[in-house]
Amino acid sequence: MSASRPKLTVASLTAGFGENAAIRDISLELHANAVTAIIGPSGCGKSTLLRCLNRMHELGAGAWVKGGVRLDGDDLYGAPVDPVQVRRRIGMVFQRPNPFPSLSIFENVASGLKLSGMPRKDLEALVQSSLEQAALWDEVKDRLHRSALALSGGQQQRLCIARALAVDPQVLLMDEPASALDPIATARIEELIHELKRRLTVVVVTHNMQQAARISSHTAFLYMGELVEYDRTEVLFTNPKVRRTEDYVTGKFG
Amino acid sequence: MTMNPTHTDREYEADLHSLRERLLLMGGLVEEMIRDALKAAIDRDADLARAVIERDKQVNRSEVEVDKLCLRILALRQPAASDLRFVTFALKVVTDVERIGDLAVNVAQRASELAADPPLPLPPEISKMSEVVQVMLHQALDAFVRSDAEAAEAVAQRDDEVDALYRQLFDRELALMRSDPAAVDRAARQLFLAKHLERLADHVQNVAEMVIFMARGKDVRHPHSREAED
Repeated sequence: MSASRPKLTVASLTAGFGENAAIRDISLELHANAVTAIIGPSGCGKSTLLRCLNRMHELGAGAWVKGGVRLDGDDLYGAPVDPVQVRRRIGMVFQRPNPFPSLSIFENVASGLKLSGMPRKDLEALVQSSLEQAALWDEVKDRLHRSALALSGGQQQRLCIARALAVDPQVLLMDEPASALDPIATARIEELIHELKRRLTVVVVTHNMQQAARISSHTAFLYMGELVEYDRTEVLFTNPKVRRTEDYVTGKFG
Repeated sequence: MTMNPTHTDREYEADLHSLRERLLLMGGLVEEMIRDALKAAIDRDADLARAVIERDKQVNRSEVEVDKLCLRILALRQPAASDLRFVTFALKVVTDVERIGDLAVNVAQRASELAADPPLPLPPEISKMSEVVQVMLHQALDAFVRSDAEAAEAVAQRDDEVDALYRQLFDRELALMRSDPAAVDRAARQLFLAKHLERLADHVQNVAEMVIFMARGKDVRHPHSREAED
């Protein structure tokens, strides 16, 4: 489909909870330094797929995974792999901004770093660069030690993005990152996503098809746990090949 | 574009339906205009020619309405996939249909002039061209209704037939003018009339090519001027 090398390769991935499979036999290649959108109706398995990409899915009760995910060719589900390390390489941002409520803005960003015992000066530089990358620095530089909860919803979400960026991930997974935000805050996040893809690979789950069309170069359409169509976003929204995709993007789903 | 299943949003469905109906009405209107303009030429009927010219106002009003509706759908509904192709198709095709109406007016004007002149039998090429053009337009609109790319392809190909008839007529009228200088005025008007028909067929061909785009999502225009695509 594209000449660029895949950053993440999903091979015959099936996952679920207990007796139910939430996604079935999904294979796709996600391109490096690009934004891939995953769309589909509620319950189609898009969040499950996203959570399998950084081994978060298995944290749920009764969760199981079959098949494989590779990051730059490395099997993320291989026996010697530490899932915590996987989650550092592949960060995640959630629908509702979830800063640590008792920590300051600074501490929120540094929370993932402190564990590695870094000198204070380096820590400060890293917090600043993470906040800059998340396009939040100018708004918070004078109140770094205030509570993160004093920020607006959109700022809190960018703070969570800064926190995810601080550990220098290669991939950022975003689960409905703007659905709890107003249009202006949403536009900021979308602009930020465009910026982020220069440095990392971004995968976004969204309910908002116009958002998928605006931010992504490739889009995957999931329906009832299966990958129906995966193509360049432009193709998927102007001339999809599969009838189900056509019905979904034109709003003909019952 | 298949109408089944329907959109979950019924108002959106109604908007698209209304756009389709308006285009069809407009198409039907210009179809009638061409038919009557040619009848006026054959029957030397200046009143009928005037009626055709009058009807063009309705076509112009329809064009404005279709444009307005398309813009509204684009702004409020953000159509995708086949809906998007349909709305952009409508925006483009409406211009061709309006031009077809203008050309029918031109034919009617020539018919009106010819009616005032002493009779000169219409050459067989004009009858044949008018027949082909009317069939083409009818079939193009029909292909649009059924979103039938194959039928539209057949229509687009018939343009060559009209071009060949025009060239044939051109030679014949030239010969007539040489042999009978008194017929120059009338022969020139006939030639203009035929030229209008030839242009008309070009616009119908455009419509047909856009129906193919709408139905298949594949642009078939200007095959020789396009750079290699992926």
